[in-house]
Amino acid sequence: MTPTLIPWIPALAAATIGLISLFRSEWNRFAGALCAGAIGLSFVLTLWLSSSVGSGVVESGFYDWISFGSGDNAFHAGFSWFIDPLTVVMLLVITGIGGLIAVYAHGYMKGDPGYWRFFAYVALFIFAMTTLVMADNLLLLFLGWEGVGLCSYLLIGYYYEKPKAVAAAKKAFIVNRVGDFGFLLGIFLCYQHYGTLQISTMLEGARETLAAVAHGHGAVTATDVWIPFLLMVGAFGKSAQLPLYMWLPDAMAGPTPVSALVHAATMVTAGVYLIARCLPLFELSPYALPTVATVGAVTALFAATIALVSNDLKGVFAYSTVSQLGYMFLGVGCLSTDGAVFHLVTHAFFKALLFLTAGSVMHALAGQLNIQTMGGLRHKMPVTCWLMFAGCLALAGVPLTAGFFSKDLILGDALAYAVDHGSVLFFALTFLGVVTAFLTAFYTFRLWFTVFMGEEKFEMGDEHHAADDHAGDHADEADAAHDDHAHDAPHEMPWSMNGPLVVLAAGALLAGLVLHFTGGIEHAVQHSTAAVFVDAAHSQHAGDPAGDHGGEHHAYFLGVDAHVFMQVLSSILAVAGVVLAAFVFWMKREIADKAAARFDKLIRFARHEYCINEICDAAVVLPLRRLGALFYAVDRLIINSVMDLMGGLPRWLGMGVRPAQNGRIQSYGLTMVLGVALLAVLVLVATGG
Amino acid sequence: MLLALSSPMLSHYLLTGAVLFVLGLVGFISRRNMIQMFLCTEMMFQGVVVTLVAFSAFHGNVTGQTFVIFVLTIAAAEAALALGLVVLLFRHRRTLDASAWSALNG
Repeated sequence: MTPTLIPWIPALAAATIGLISLFRSEWNRFAGALCAGAIGLSFVLTLWLSSSVGSGVVESGFYDWISFGSGDNAFHAGFSWFIDPLTVVMLLVITGIGGLIAVYAHGYMKGDPGYWRFFAYVALFIFAMTTLVMADNLLLLFLGWEGVGLCSYLLIGYYYEKPKAVAAAKKAFIVNRVGDFGFLLGIFLCYQHYGTLQISTMLEGARETLAAVAHGHGAVTATDVWIPFLLMVGAFGKSAQLPLYMWLPDAMAGPTPVSALVHAATMVTAGVYLIARCLPLFELSPYALPTVATVGAVTALFAATIALVSNDLKGVFAYSTVSQLGYMFLGVGCLSTDGAVFHLVTHAFFKALLFLTAGSVMHALAGQLNIQTMGGLRHKMPVTCWLMFAGCLALAGVPLTAGFFSKDLILGDALAYAVDHGSVLFFALTFLGVVTAFLTAFYTFRLWFTVFMGEEKFEMGDEHHAADDHAGDHADEADAAHDDHAHDAPHEMPWSMNGPLVVLAAGALLAGLVLHFTGGIEHAVQHSTAAVFVDAAHSQHAGDPAGDHGGEHHAYFLGVDAHVFMQVLSSILAVAGVVLAAFVFWMKREIADKAAARFDKLIRFARHEYCINEICDAAVVLPLRRLGALFYAVDRLIINSVMDLMGGLPRWLGMGVRPAQNGRIQSYGLTMVLGVALLAVLVLVATGG
Repeated sequence: MLLALSSPMLSHYLLTGAVLFVLGLVGFISRRNMIQMFLCTEMMFQGVVVTLVAFSAFHGNVTGQTFVIFVLTIAAAEAALALGLVVLLFRHRRTLDASAWSALNG
């Protein structure tokens, strides 16, 4: 029962909010509390559930969703749950971070005309996302997958009076269709191959094949090779990897809490979850995981270079999300699922924190997003400033923060994998990851120093605060005294909004440390379906699970343990990146200006996303438009004219004979006489008279 | 020919009937006055009736003449009805012109 309640409580909250808005609109202001409360309740239930799951699996049914056929042709897809430690980790992230963000949004969205609508969508999103991670069959997983896609669409297009937001929502939905098409084909192929969509049964079959191949009898079929590639397309679409990444930066048109919840912490990690969940399917194909790793590493670097030059406050974090997701895919690609899931968790903390603090800045500056107009805001918004600092430290991977442990676990595992397999490809991918780590530190602190350090300057944006602004809360901060004109100057957020951020900041700074030394994530992954397949007879390094480096085996690189090497290297790079950013964007801004002038064209090119959108337009959108125009012309000219003809013919005929019905009795009489005469003549002619 | 003229033959009667019928028909088609049109239809009746009587006499079969009695009876009733209708129509439009009643056109 407990597992069933976790998704359905938020679903109930969403329905209640909807009903309230219809019948008791004066209660709309309770929507935020209702939503946050429902998610909080789910979080508590998840904690309870996690103790009963332990390191095992809980399977529980809700109801038989689809069931037909009998015997060998029977098909069942239940609305039922498969909960292993990996699911619990995902659930904790979704409900925990989701709850904190809902509390923040309660303040952030105050006074918005669509207040209740926002929370109805958020609650619905939590329902879909928890269903996605708890599903015991691929069809239910796909239901959740599409559900989060729908909520993402609704929330990106939340400000539906803005054409930009509407376009972004449509773009997200359509680009995701491409990925979902691949995913759906993958599901079909799975059903054809395994005869079921139950995840546990499928993975059991895959592990048997793996064991058979390892023992030298049995072979990997073409279907086995294709399934992971199709599932991968879905994962890349949902998790915004090349070449299907371009919807995510645009998705920032939604409200900022949504960017934090849907487009940073939870939904976009669904692709990583999918691959981790179905890891045995991916291990079957010798090309699948290297492809995942390559796409991940290339995306990580690619998005980092754009984040480096973007002047958009949320844009930097959006590209950074794409980049960090790339790390996670690199992680699963080199069989470091624990690293990937670890990074997923820590990333959820610090990226949610970064987006929410960015939201605070935006809120204070009436929607201003251009960081070049900002500077020295640390005096106006001291709490936000240091909260974002904590998030930036974690994202940059400064030693001992959350991002440091998780990112270095991935990079260390990648290097160890490269050493173990002597793979040039993985050496190259590790190198890309290391370069990205440096860039990440640099661009993160470029943003932070630009916005909060240096001379104080700001320009207000064009969004005016709602009437019930937080003017009364200004007493919280020291600068409230000279903040007379509440709407002309940036102000600190009230503690009702900063409170959740403090929790997130604590997570961003400490979660890595705690999880690293307790080994919680590693333990969870080892006891889930994401555990790497180990076959003692096959493995040359007996007792060496390729993804498990906590134990006896160590890969050495240049005489040093790969993980230690990577930790030292990336610590140096992270600190170097931060220092360089401080130097260029705080101490000596003229250097930054000179460099910007020097590489103006390159920067513009990168800021333009390397014309990817244009290439995409030319390669996909334009041909589709042309095809559409062609079909439209065919419809207009051929189909439509045939229909017009069929409708028009009787009309024209009618027009021809209508004069006969003139209502004059004499002409009827005449016609009758002529008709009879004609008949008489015909009879005469026919009888030969 | 003389013989034909001196004693009436079947063809004379038939010719008379046809003339009556055609006169009525032409009158019906060319006249607009509803009373005249009605009288013309009566004339067409008489044409047919003459033909029936002629054939009846020619074949020595009384069925035709019996039928004529019926037709005349019905025609009398019908004349009363039709004239009543004409009076009603006249009251509506204050005219006897049949073309005033052409609303049922296509």
